[in-house]
Amino acid sequence: MNVYPARSNQIAARMLGDEMMIMSPRDATLFSLNEAGALIWQSADGHTPVSEIVQRVCQEFDVEPDEARADVESFLSELAGHRILNFTEEAQ
Amino acid sequence: MSALLQSMNSRAASLNIPLGVQLDVTYRCNERCVHCYLDHDDHGEMTLEEIRGVLDQLAAAGTFFLTLSGGEVLMRRDFFDILEHARKHLFCVRIKTNACMIGEKQADRLRDLGVESIQVSIYSHRPEVHDAITKLPGSLKRSIEAIRRLKARGVKVIIANVLMAQNFGDYPGVRLLARELGVESTIDPTITPKMDGDRSILGLGIGIGELKAVMHDETLVGDIAEFCAPPPPVDSDVLDELPCSASHTYCYISPYGDVFPCVQFPLPTGNVRQQAFLDIWRYSPAMNDVRSIRPRELPVCSTCSHVGGCTRCPGLAYMAGDMRGPSVQDCEKSYARTGIPSANMMLRAAVRHDLVQIHL
Ligand code: SF4
Ligand code: SF4
Repeated sequence: MNVYPARSNQIAARMLGDEMMIMSPRDATLFSLNEAGALIWQSADGHTPVSEIVQRVCQEFDVEPDEARADVESFLSELAGHRILNFTEEAQ
Repeated sequence: MSALLQSMNSRAASLNIPLGVQLDVTYRCNERCVHCYLDHDDHGEMTLEEIRGVLDQLAAAGTFFLTLSGGEVLMRRDFFDILEHARKHLFCVRIKTNACMIGEKQADRLRDLGVESIQVSIYSHRPEVHDAITKLPGSLKRSIEAIRRLKARGVKVIIANVLMAQNFGDYPGVRLLARELGVESTIDPTITPKMDGDRSILGLGIGIGELKAVMHDETLVGDIAEFCAPPPPVDSDVLDELPCSASHTYCYISPYGDVFPCVQFPLPTGNVRQQAFLDIWRYSPAMNDVRSIRPRELPVCSTCSHVGGCTRCPGLAYMAGDMRGPSVQDCEKSYARTGIPSANMMLRAAVRHDLVQIHL
């Protein structure tokens, strides 16, 4: 089954140089994402499944698929924990 | 300030990015606060389309923190269209308002649009004092009701209290009220001269004795010994430090499109109706002049023992006649904090002394 991560519409975000700054709506905590994090974040558009995000990361950063999948999944669930994004089972 | 926010600020400064911008969407207001520095007539505010265009430009320029203020923002019927556009660009939006016009429907929209915080001006916990300052009967009641509405929806609210002779004794009451409402509160002892240069409203401010009391109130400043400690020694780090954020990572845009280094620094640098925002931000000679200021070249402040710990506001100094001069309000704060007179105070005392001798 495919899972689609979607950015929360409550967050604030901006690229600052090559880093993505994000502010979580829940507690005004700031996050800074590096290039790989920013790519994953930008791909979390509600209609790109996790599997495709993993592929993009593999293409861009030359990592093995298994390693990329583990990294992407743990990164996405960390962001979800801060309510920066959520998961849906159907593409939006 | 969190370490990440600090590093974000210094990155923005080195990349010349206007990380924070305050945009006043109107100077019109439903209140007539006695200390207000604005002219409330509409002299041709930017239209919704113009403001949307400015927001597009700010997002492209890298602005993250956007403060929407006024006047009273809700005097604009299209305020929520502006806010919607701002949030589409994912700005971290802070709003300053007196909140009198925030009913249930408006509170719902503010929650749904994900604003970071809403700052509400409250001058006293007593209606007779607050309403005498705003000159709007019933305003305290309405502002408090709106704060409750916002709180009930989980929106972060900050009460901002400007201290004047008229409401000085009530700041503990306002802080108590904030605690009851479950919101943060700040106090500000600075009165800003009117935009047209009229300095008469400065007389409404608190005196040096009251300022001292505020600076030595541990419920406000925490560790008094630390807060009121003598300034750090003046060395070359201090003299070459970047001053405040105005023109470095922050600027202000008026409802008429004028761009200034800060809301409290009305030095004309350009107008977004005539020029692209980034051209003003990057290339305006006035903006770059402000950017070039370092404590080392300030004629009076560089000789002052407070220079390393002073909150010298170049905007207030500009309004007093010279942006490289001392800011009298900050001299008073430095003195009230530490008991050590500033270089500016000593200079003025010497001049007064000379004048007395001439008269004799
Ligand atoms: S010190 Fe004055 S000019 Fe600088 S950011 Fe503060 S208010 Fe603005
Ligand atoms: S205390 Fe006054 S003279 Fe001294 S640095 Fe501050 S503004 Fe300048």
